[in-house]
Amino acid sequence: MEDTFKLGSHTFKSRFILGSGKFSLDIINAAVQEAGAEIITLALRRANIGGIANILDYIPKGVTILPNTSGARNADEALRIARLARECGCGDFVKVEVIHESKYLLPDNYQTAKATEMMAKEGFIVLPYMYPDLNAARDMANAGAAAVMPLGAPIGTNKGLVTKEFIQILVDEIDLPIIVDAGIGRPSQACEAMEMGVAAIMANTAIATAGDVPAMARAFRQGIEAGRTAYLAGLGRIKDKADASSPLTGFLDE
Amino acid sequence: MSFKYLPNMEQLDHSMMNQVLDEVAAVDFEAFTANDVREALKKDSFNVTPRDFAALLSPVAQDFLEDIARKAQIETRKRFGNTICLYTPLYIANYCANHCIYCGFNCKNKIQRGSLTYEEIETELRSISETGLQEILLLTGEHRVKSSIEFIAEACRLARKYFTTVGIEVYPMNSDEYKILHEAGADFVSVYQETYNTENYDRLHLSGPKKVYPYRFYSQERALMGGMRGVGFGALLGLDDFRKDAFATGLHAYYVQKKYPHAEVSFSCPRLRPIVNDDTINPKDVYERQLLQVMCAYRLFMPFAGLNISTREGAKFRDNAISICATRISAGVKTGVGGHSEEEKGDAQFIISDGRSVDEIVNRVQELGLQCAMTDYVYV
Repeated sequence: MEDTFKLGSHTFKSRFILGSGKFSLDIINAAVQEAGAEIITLALRRANIGGIANILDYIPKGVTILPNTSGARNADEALRIARLARECGCGDFVKVEVIHESKYLLPDNYQTAKATEMMAKEGFIVLPYMYPDLNAARDMANAGAAAVMPLGAPIGTNKGLVTKEFIQILVDEIDLPIIVDAGIGRPSQACEAMEMGVAAIMANTAIATAGDVPAMARAFRQGIEAGRTAYLAGLGRIKDKADASSPLTGFLDE
Repeated sequence: MSFKYLPNMEQLDHSMMNQVLDEVAAVDFEAFTANDVREALKKDSFNVTPRDFAALLSPVAQDFLEDIARKAQIETRKRFGNTICLYTPLYIANYCANHCIYCGFNCKNKIQRGSLTYEEIETELRSISETGLQEILLLTGEHRVKSSIEFIAEACRLARKYFTTVGIEVYPMNSDEYKILHEAGADFVSVYQETYNTENYDRLHLSGPKKVYPYRFYSQERALMGGMRGVGFGALLGLDDFRKDAFATGLHAYYVQKKYPHAEVSFSCPRLRPIVNDDTINPKDVYERQLLQVMCAYRLFMPFAGLNISTREGAKFRDNAISICATRISAGVKTGVGGHSEEEKGDAQFIISDGRSVDEIVNRVQELGLQCAMTDYVYV
């Protein structure tokens, strides 16, 4: 059976969601091809409809656009941005970003859960970007989220799975796809997250700041695929020391 | 220094200002060693302390400028990617009630004064928007009567018809007045303290409301209280010891952002340029090397801050600045009143050093491997 995952009623094969906000528009196509990405994010605040450097003009046909609400400081603003994205022809997917803290850009889980509920009621396929907190993730799931997107580390830091233990809890407890977003700096970290059982990875800075953007997109795809295969295969046991070749208590059965 | 507020000036508690002034008074830039600079350069993003920031501004840090620039470039790309925001200023008036001895707009300078009518403003806005820009900065001189709140508000409303992002660089006002301008479509306010040295400030500002130092200092806070998204800071480098002024500017932004975590902050780094009717003011102490040092120090101290590079600088410096640490560059600039569609109605504030058009800047940004962001904000 083909290995896929679902967001709302949409099925995706690629488990790599590509960010678009940090690299040059003329290499988006090459990056998408090398990443094998089926979903690309888009900051609506950057969409310059009908004007110069409009990111929408550079996204290849057939790729699902995931507009984000970057710039929203509360749930109401996020909802208004989501509606604008829909009016601009970006479809029904929306990644909720509610941030009112400009230094670390950490998401506000409370406002994000509120926004999730409001958007789900309006028929959006809602993917909230969140701090990996189990209670908040449950609230978002109950509010109608199609997936949750916990951060691995503060956005743009490339620090990897700083929140690993908490993301694992979400993987174990939340019956929705868990997509790790933000902080993933290397293909090996993407691989590690996939081994944990997350459904997909979103990355932007790690690829945008690489010397060769398409090559790094390809490396991430390979890391994600390796991690996914390892997860499906079932990871071998990890032990602190080697097994003794013959059991110490074996004599009791002799 | 005048701490005496004029009637109707909103007053905020002075503790932040006193803290900045105390910390600036306590710093001795000559005391920093090469080791202090090396330690600052080892720090991770967000861990650079005010003391590290001072070390990066110190004379000894000039020997590390290449290392500082390299680190600044990494931090800039991590946070902003390859994107560079483009904008242009539109002067809608140049009346001024202040007598600042270094400024071409000062009320005693015999220059041609003027302000645009609403119709002229709209014509200018339309003309600028045809260049493809989506962000505009509206400027006036500092004259509350000749450029009333309602005049500026109407200009903001008109600007929102053509631009996604409207910033203002006008006289300091009360928070309820900033609220009016925010509701009219402005979302970013820049006010420059010029110099943080209180005695020098008093000497350089002979008369006018600008003389009230603390009222100017608290402009950014009042703007944020009025609902603005972000605020800009800057000192006019060269008016006083530029290291102290840059340090004070950074601390000011640092404490404002700490108190208002949602605020987006940005820095501008003007140096004195020759001005109309007076070409003798041209300090020698802030060369391009020092200017770059200041810009990189801002970047390392606050990796998330926007950094503007204006047309006071020449094309070569600006192009290199956006490659290293600046995130915002103006294009197609006129510093007289109007002048984008028709003849200017008033004289310029300063002479620009980079007259490139929007198309030329767009092409150059792309040649540098960077990406123009014409818009980076949704006003909701």
